[in-house]
Amino acid sequence: MIVAGARRIDAEGRERTEDVRVGEGRERIDGGALLVLPGLIDLHAHLREPGFEESETVATGARAALRGGFTTVCAMANTQPAIDSPGLVAELAARGRDARAARVLPVAAITRGRQGKQLADLVELAAAGAVAFSDDGDPVDDAPLFRSALEYAHAAGRPILEHVQDRSLSGRGVMHEGAVSAALGLPGIPAAAEESAVARDIALAKLTGARLHLQHVSTAGALELVRRAKADGLAVTCEVTPHHLSMTDDWVAGSRAFVFEEAGGLRGARPPQTLPYDSATKVNPPLRTAADVHALWRGIADGTVDAIATDHAPHASIRKDVEYADAAFGISGLETALAILLMAVEAGLGELGAVVRALTSGPARVLGMPVPDDLILVDPAAEWTVTADALASRSKNTPLLGKRLRGAVVVAVVDGEARYGKERVRAAAVAR
Amino acid sequence: MTWQRRHVLATDDWSKEEIELVLDQSNAMLEVLARPIRRTPALRGRTVVLFFAEASTRTRISFELAAKALSADTSIITASGSSIEKGETLLDTVRTLQALGADIVVMRHSAAGAPYFVAERIASAVINAGDGWHAHPTQGLLDALTLRTALGDLSGKRIVVVGDVLHSRVARSDIHTLVPLGATITLCGPPTLMPSAWRCGQLPAGVTFDEDADRALDGADAVIALRLQRERMDAGLLPSLREYALTWGLTEARVARMRPAAPVLHPGPMNEGIEIDAAVAHGPRSLIERQVTNGVAVRMALLHLLAGTPAVEVAA
Repeated sequence: MIVAGARRIDAEGRERTEDVRVGEGRERIDGGALLVLPGLIDLHAHLREPGFEESETVATGARAALRGGFTTVCAMANTQPAIDSPGLVAELAARGRDARAARVLPVAAITRGRQGKQLADLVELAAAGAVAFSDDGDPVDDAPLFRSALEYAHAAGRPILEHVQDRSLSGRGVMHEGAVSAALGLPGIPAAAEESAVARDIALAKLTGARLHLQHVSTAGALELVRRAKADGLAVTCEVTPHHLSMTDDWVAGSRAFVFEEAGGLRGARPPQTLPYDSATKVNPPLRTAADVHALWRGIADGTVDAIATDHAPHASIRKDVEYADAAFGISGLETALAILLMAVEAGLGELGAVVRALTSGPARVLGMPVPDDLILVDPAAEWTVTADALASRSKNTPLLGKRLRGAVVVAVVDGEARYGKERVRAAAVAR
Repeated sequence: MTWQRRHVLATDDWSKEEIELVLDQSNAMLEVLARPIRRTPALRGRTVVLFFAEASTRTRISFELAAKALSADTSIITASGSSIEKGETLLDTVRTLQALGADIVVMRHSAAGAPYFVAERIASAVINAGDGWHAHPTQGLLDALTLRTALGDLSGKRIVVVGDVLHSRVARSDIHTLVPLGATITLCGPPTLMPSAWRCGQLPAGVTFDEDADRALDGADAVIALRLQRERMDAGLLPSLREYALTWGLTEARVARMRPAAPVLHPGPMNEGIEIDAAVAHGPRSLIERQVTNGVAVRMALLHLLAGTPAVEVAA
């Protein structure tokens, strides 16, 4: 059908109104209230297969991605076994194809078994289809080894996606170190644990001339280091997550108000306060302060931030329904990312064009690939409540459960095929 | 003022009136404890489960005496010798407690926030008997009772809390009990054992920080010394116990800097010669034994309030 007069934003963030063809047929529907965006690209998702299928599988993760508007997802390598051999890369890619949902791009481990001891065969892994390398979940602590990794990845023509964390400083911390951790009596992860790791990694990128991508940057200080590295002409890129763009360490103490909704959320929302110590707020890097959130948005505006990536980290309830200190780190994020970002844009934290760039052309450039010819249709006014049933992901570990969001994906088209929601186009258009 | 709370998890959201209600009730309980037969039937037929997932003798016995003085049935679940040792999760324990049908669960746990986890999933009332570094509300209340008895109205009084504040649930609960009563708190201790935000000026209302013990104690109305855990040295947070004792230990000379007769408190157990000298611990300013008695009274008052039974009759 033809969606007529839709607001279309391209991968460079430019906006125009035009008619868009979705799937078969010549029927015309009024798309005046809808947004048409290129298929979103997520540089950072944990699909948990093989090894942790109770939390997610490639198929459930790829469907959750589509539901969230991501037509391409990079699957992290911290599975069991880790994705550190060409066979595992090929197997992961095959499962992605079989799922016929979002396009799944395998990221291979930097070190064998993600042990941080010995490099994996990076050139061979790239040839097998790995689009990048990452030991994500863990940093490569050993600096000379990380230097070698950068050199080899450069030779393989792929970026390193590095989890930036100085583990000697983060220690046994479980949340951001600050006034809230002091009040809650929880061990903190200081901003310095991220910033010193970013400084080291940038120094090694300069030394090697390799492409370095820093994952889930969460502090104002770390972002300032990236800004300076870019000004120095280094091939350094970075990503930020939707949760670090909207939530603060106050959420660990029970707040459920986004940084941009001081007034307390949409109509029908549950009270913007819940009990403290909800392990759904436990994520690494931790939720930081409002000042950090605003600094990340400035980074999106000035291009310091290349990509917004979900760090979708599904965990089965057995790993979350425990004491805060013992709970796994991670927030399930694929299906709520776009709504959070659209709400933030509406609240004036950023420009829609810049957000779309950071979800499409930005991550494509990090990977050194063209933006695929996918598209999604979004109803920016659709309100919905985040519930366990509403999420396609196998895991429901998000602090947004019960919260009302605005903005929903209506249709997702991958490789010319409407793989999500085609039956809903007409309903969405008529409802407006 | 009527009692509305279902649980006692922390006092950080309590009003002055709520705290005063508990202290007044505690005074009534002290009278019960002073009787020849220290027992009242207020909680007869009620079950209090003492769930101690972290070792504790003093607090557990205090709660046990409190429950028995109210004629409640008590049972004890401890970490050692129970299924917790065999890898039972907190969720499993909650399900068991729920099935046992306890009226009140008193719990001690090494993880901050564990009482919230339990309270959210159980029909019983929950009393936090200490969770990690977070809170120890009955300690805060018994300290408040002890200080109010010694000093009268606490408004305008300055109380020094000295020691390992970073790892101390006692310090946090003292802040959240004494500040609402009008006192100000001066935190004092090694900067490595102070939450960084508090050391850098982001302090809770009514609280200041001074790393110099002599200066902090000058003219103070009372001091609460915290227990120093020896393992802090292994973590590189302390050069030596000697350095700590010299710099922050409560000596006779140091406590003499306070107002005349200003009392000295300690939650126990003490490391005498490290955070407190024996002469101070057992000297005329010490209210440390008084704290123990008051602890039983405060716990009786809370058990009684949570059980929602009629007021205890106190002879005029």
